[in-house]
Parts: sequence; structure tokens; C-alpha cells
Amino acid sequence: MNRLMVAMSGREGEQVRGLHGELVVRSNVGNARGQLYQQVLKTREPVSESGDVLNCYRHKVPVQYHVSHLSTEKNDPVGLLVIVEETSALAYHNDKDTSGYSVPELIGHSSKMQKVLDLIPLMAHTDASVLITGETGTGKDKIAEIIHKNSPRSRFPFIKVNCGALPLGLLESELFGHVKGAFTGATRNKPGMFKIADRGTLFLTEIGDMPVPLQVKLLSVLDDRQFVPVGGEQSVSVDVRIIAATHRPLREQVRNSTFREDLYYRLNVLHVHLPPLRERENDIRLLLDHFLEKFSSALGKKIDGFTPSALQTLLNYTYPGNIRELRNIVEYGANICKGKKISKDQLPPYIFEKQTESPVVPVPPSIPDQSTSVPPATERDKAGENSGSWVAIERQMIIDALKKHAGNRINTAAELGWGRMKLWRKMKKYGLIE
Amino acid sequence: MKKLLIPLQGDYIAPRFDLATEILIVRIEDGTIIGEPRTIIMERPSDEGLCQMIVEENITDLICGGIEELHFNFLEWKKVAIRDAIIGGWQDALQLFLAGTLQSGDILPISTNSHLTL
Repeated sequence: MNRLMVAMSGREGEQVRGLHGELVVRSNVGNARGQLYQQVLKTREPVSESGDVLNCYRHKVPVQYHVSHLSTEKNDPVGLLVIVEETSALAYHNDKDTSGYSVPELIGHSSKMQKVLDLIPLMAHTDASVLITGETGTGKDKIAEIIHKNSPRSRFPFIKVNCGALPLGLLESELFGHVKGAFTGATRNKPGMFKIADRGTLFLTEIGDMPVPLQVKLLSVLDDRQFVPVGGEQSVSVDVRIIAATHRPLREQVRNSTFREDLYYRLNVLHVHLPPLRERENDIRLLLDHFLEKFSSALGKKIDGFTPSALQTLLNYTYPGNIRELRNIVEYGANICKGKKISKDQLPPYIFEKQTESPVVPVPPSIPDQSTSVPPATERDKAGENSGSWVAIERQMIIDALKKHAGNRINTAAELGWGRMKLWRKMKKYGLIE
Repeated sequence: MKKLLIPLQGDYIAPRFDLATEILIVRIEDGTIIGEPRTIIMERPSDEGLCQMIVEENITDLICGGIEELHFNFLEWKKVAIRDAIIGGWQDALQLFLAGTLQSGDILPISTNSHLTL
């Protein structure tokens, strides 16, 4: 026993030598009769459980309990290493987290998301501009906030400006500020967001919607690190890091001349692309559990999880609105749910409608490399809405699969992920069978 | 007459009051046990339930392992004499209690505990 454990248990190592560990440690981690120890000795797999320990001052202390197997070089068992890690500080921190959005959390174990997470420390320790792309609801704002929080600028402001929300004149005044009398109603000097974010980070979201004339001014600020407020005469110097985000395909906008090429290259120093949720399949379950826990505790309910059918529906759903939509679906379910598990009829009805319209991600087969490239939202929407084209695609898919399997319907159905009856119905519908 | 309660785990005093599901109640008069000690199996561990039982059964003395401050203070207020943080077999503890030598924080000798099961 080390000094901290002696302090926690109130017992000296010599005093308790030869006693059952649990009589001394007094935890509630399911080790009452040494079960955890037995399990680790048997499986040789380390175990980590969270719980609490009753210390010598009669206080419960939250702990993380790690039990690992110790063996010799010849793999003979020697004993167990038990580490009791006090997590009071962490528990306090987590309690604070639930009340506000100040500490962002990121959940993702999929390989695509891991790549993004690996990039964050690198991006945080530089002042280069960052361009974050990704569909709506994938967490662009969250990433920007995390980059700022982990950067040396974290003590200074993080200012978010939505470039798509304001008309040209207002946006210019918002970004660069104005001087008194610059225009009707400008009764006082107003510092712009660039000035407010001095020494911090300015997050320009929906940069793809920024009017072209303002893009020129933004470019000059990025190059010169100074600007002139609207109606002003003297230039103002600022030290601001820019993080920009958009759900629009900027490269395409550059080709269409709706986004300035020079600004694009100026912003695109570091680029992060956030994968849509449908490409992060393993994460859906994690996110469902995370949001369910968050909302059930916020609502003061004890909801354990989802019924198997509801869970299957949620895992199969394509989430066009990504994490924002998933979060709203779970919030809806948590509010409606009266029992211990959210059932299928307690999910928003629209997700069933959508699934019957577009059972799989409606990406036309002609698009190469579906797994990595994300079609623009407009294309996908068209495919989903225009049932005529989807019907043709689906019919072709069936024909191709049937050809591939020499007409064997069992194998064809398996390839398409359908039951035999569904394949038969579809074939009948498309006139492929009499 | 004294009425003693000990939360048990196997042959030992339960290391935690709030997690105990087996209870021993002993009636003592002039340093000797009266009648057969009574064992109660609780449906589930509950510190509140145990406190309520102690009050309802008019328990005068409690021997236990770890107990939370809240319950310790409550029971003291209810005039229950508590010897807590005791590690060892319940039978040894009972003998020491009868002899009037058991104190809070005692670790009972290991040699006599060796045959005990947890």
C-alpha cells in the first residue's frame, strides 16, 4: 500500500498484511468477495471499474479501480496490481460540464474521426488558418472551439461570427466595426469582432456564404493584420487567428467564381474534413448512449436505454442532419419516454417516413468511391426527392446483383441486404418477374 | 439489557454498512448472550433500511466495518453505541464485545481469522 492508500484507508501496510484486500479498501466496485480479483486471476485480462471507497473519515470517495495481472517473465502468475485512482476532481469537473457548453466533448472511435482527433493538437499549437468542412451537424463549431481551447490563445476571446446570417453592410460593420456617424443610426463607435477577438480566435462559420466584396476585405486583413473600420480613417492592427467553417463545397464555389480563389488558399492552410455520421457507423451507438445519459439526467428520469427494435431503427437510420439530428431524436425520445427504455413508438415519426422513402443512402452508383467522397447536399437531396431516378437505380441494382449471382435470389437478396420476400416484391414491382 | 446488531459478510463483519445484506442481532444481559442470535437476510443492501431497522428493533449497540458519517451521526443521535471500522470475524468481535474490550478501528488477530470465509 502506498502513502495515499494508507491515508485513505487509515491503516498501515504492516497492520493489514494477510487480510482480504476488500476488508481494508471498502469499495463498492463489485469486489465484495474478491470477485474482481478472481476474474482477473482467471482471465488475466485487466479490469477497470468505477465506484467509490469509504475512507477512514467515513466519507465516500469516488474512485476508478484498476486491477491488473502480474506475472513473471515465464508467464507464471505472481499476483495482482490494484490501483485505486481518486476521481473526486474529475467528478466535480463532469458535474460542471453538464450545466454549460464551456467544455466541449468529442465522441468518436471510428477511424475517420480518430484522424480528425489526431490533428487537433497539431492545429492547436500553430497560428495558421484552419478550414473546417463537413455537412451540417457534424460538429464544426465544436472542433473550432476545441482548437481554440487547446491553443496558447485560450486565455483570450473565442468569437464566433455567422457569415451567412447578415447582409453585406451589416456583416462588414459586425466584423470590422464602425465609427460614429459612419451611417444613419451609427451613434457611437463600435469595435468589430476582429477587434474584440484581438489575441484570440475568430471563428467564421458559413464562410461559403460570405458576400464576395467582403471576401476581398477579409483577405487584406488576413494578409496585413490590420483594417479600417467602416467610415473610419485610421487602420487598426489586430492579432487574430482565423478558423473558418462551411458546409458548402468551396472548391466548386471557386470554380463558379462565387468564392475568391486567393481567399480560399489563404484559409485552407490547415484543412479538416468532418465525416458525416453515416460514415461513422461505430460511433452512432456511442453517441446515442451519450445523449441518452445526458438528457435522462437533465430531465431527472431513469432511462436505461432503447428497446432492441428502437435501437435497430436508430442504427439503420441515415441521419441526414448528422449529430444534431441524432441528438434531437434522443431528446425527443427521452422527453416522451415514460418507462425505463425508449421504444420504437417513442421515436419521432418522421424517421420512419424517411426510411421508407430512402432505405439506403441515396448515392447514385455512378459516383465513384462512395466510401470516401461525400456528394454535396444538393445532389443527395435530388436523388432522395426524385423517386423516378431512384426507382431506376434500384431496378438496375437488382438486375446487376441478379446477373452477378446467375439469377440466384437467395444470394442476390443477401447482397442487397434484403430478405427473399422483399427482393421478390421489388422484382414484381419493377416487372422483373411475372 | 443490550441489543447488539452486526452487519455480516460471510464469517466477517461486513466491510461496509451500506452494502451489507446479512444482519446478526444478539440480546445480551450481564455479559452473556440470551437466547439464540437472530440472523436476518435483507432483500437488497440499503443503509436507510438498516438504520430504520436499528431504530425499530431498539438496538443499543452496533458493531460494523465502514459506515458513512451521515448514518453514524444519525445512529449516535438515536443513542446507539457504535464501534465501527472493525476488521475481523464476527464471532471474535462478539467475544471481545462481551468482554468489554472491543474498540472502534480494531483489527482482530489474523491467526484466528484464517479459517474464515468472506
